[in-house]
Amino acid sequence: MNYNETQLIAIKEFLYKIADDQLIIGHRNSEWTGLGPLVEEDIAFSSIAQDKIGQAQHIYEILHSLGEADADTIAFTRSAADFKSCHLAEYPIGEYDFSLMRNFLFNHAEKIRFEMLADTSLEQLGKLAKKYRGEIKYHTMHADTWVKQLGRANEESHARMQTALNETFNLALGIFEESEYAGELKNMGIFEGEDILQQKWIEAITPILEAATLVIPDKNTWQPVYGGRKGYHTEYLEPMLEEMGEVFRLDPKAEW
Amino acid sequence: MRFSTLINITKEDILEALQDVKDPEIPTISVVDLGIITGVDVNEDNFVKVTMTPTFSGCPALKIMENMVKERIELLNPAGVEVTTNFDTPWSTNMISPKGIEGLKKHGLAPPEKHNGLVQIEILEKVKCPHCGSRNTTLKTPFGPTLCRSMHYCNECLNAFEQFKPVD
Repeated sequence: MNYNETQLIAIKEFLYKIADDQLIIGHRNSEWTGLGPLVEEDIAFSSIAQDKIGQAQHIYEILHSLGEADADTIAFTRSAADFKSCHLAEYPIGEYDFSLMRNFLFNHAEKIRFEMLADTSLEQLGKLAKKYRGEIKYHTMHADTWVKQLGRANEESHARMQTALNETFNLALGIFEESEYAGELKNMGIFEGEDILQQKWIEAITPILEAATLVIPDKNTWQPVYGGRKGYHTEYLEPMLEEMGEVFRLDPKAEW
Repeated sequence: MRFSTLINITKEDILEALQDVKDPEIPTISVVDLGIITGVDVNEDNFVKVTMTPTFSGCPALKIMENMVKERIELLNPAGVEVTTNFDTPWSTNMISPKGIEGLKKHGLAPPEKHNGLVQIEILEKVKCPHCGSRNTTLKTPFGPTLCRSMHYCNECLNAFEQFKPVD
């Protein structure tokens, strides 16, 4: 299919934001390697990291086929302002409750996004979406299990999970920051829109949070944290990118 | 006298040869029986093209397996070999052959159960123990030593075991 210039920009921006989210939150998940509160959690966060970074790589490869640099260059050499990831993904890992709640909120949005993209007109992405939704099912299962367990376990764990939800919720709403090219994406049959995704996401997380006896902040208080999709980031992203790309930049031509 | 270039390699020859290429993490199952060889094509000039698909998108063994496949086919003296990986035929655990299922068991893994195209995550809960056959088992974690395995505990024979987890 041939795209005009605006359509191509719209597609690239869309792919960048999805893959950047996965790479950044994937890297944050990998920071739990060796630090998990249980060995099973150590393995879970590390495995989820491996999935998400692998998934990001294949989307970067689509971008490469559309004229962008190769996957490694895209991942390891851009500066923070070039990243389209949401703020939720880039926050430091914090305590386990924060990282778990972040994964819970992010994984559900990600899973629904790929379910919506299974029928996208962008064929290469559709094939990946069908593959990814099955993999992410294990990520949501992991987060659902622990959110429900800890939400109901005892007073302290309940309080910590509720605090984590309060801290991450507005950040999570930032996932759904709409693109100025939303109309193009919809017209091309690529993606229906962030508002629809957000609606489905609320429907998906509500029963699980209820089962965990956790309360979604009142809608009147919602203040989505936008900016990430436009390249505005928190102070946490740049140092993370420095660290993530450090080895690659030592010798970009090295064969691995 | 053998003129290797004049012998036409068949698709069957290649699939048979690839029985020797095992999953680097599970040496009892070949890449063919694992179901990740999604296309084999030999043209009239004996040039071989093989298509593979990853089990998991983040599988780190993929490049290694591509090379192993290429090297094994080169032993058949083709005019050339090209191995590519794509997602045209997405892998699912239903693509593991009956022989592959036996291979997983031999390695001590509970095989994935067949699914109807959509894995209901609940089927992980009561996985059949590969040691004693009981279904009185508990899922400990959906993530194991590799991306494709989950970890379980058998309440009957009190053994921990791993499952090759179902994927749609």
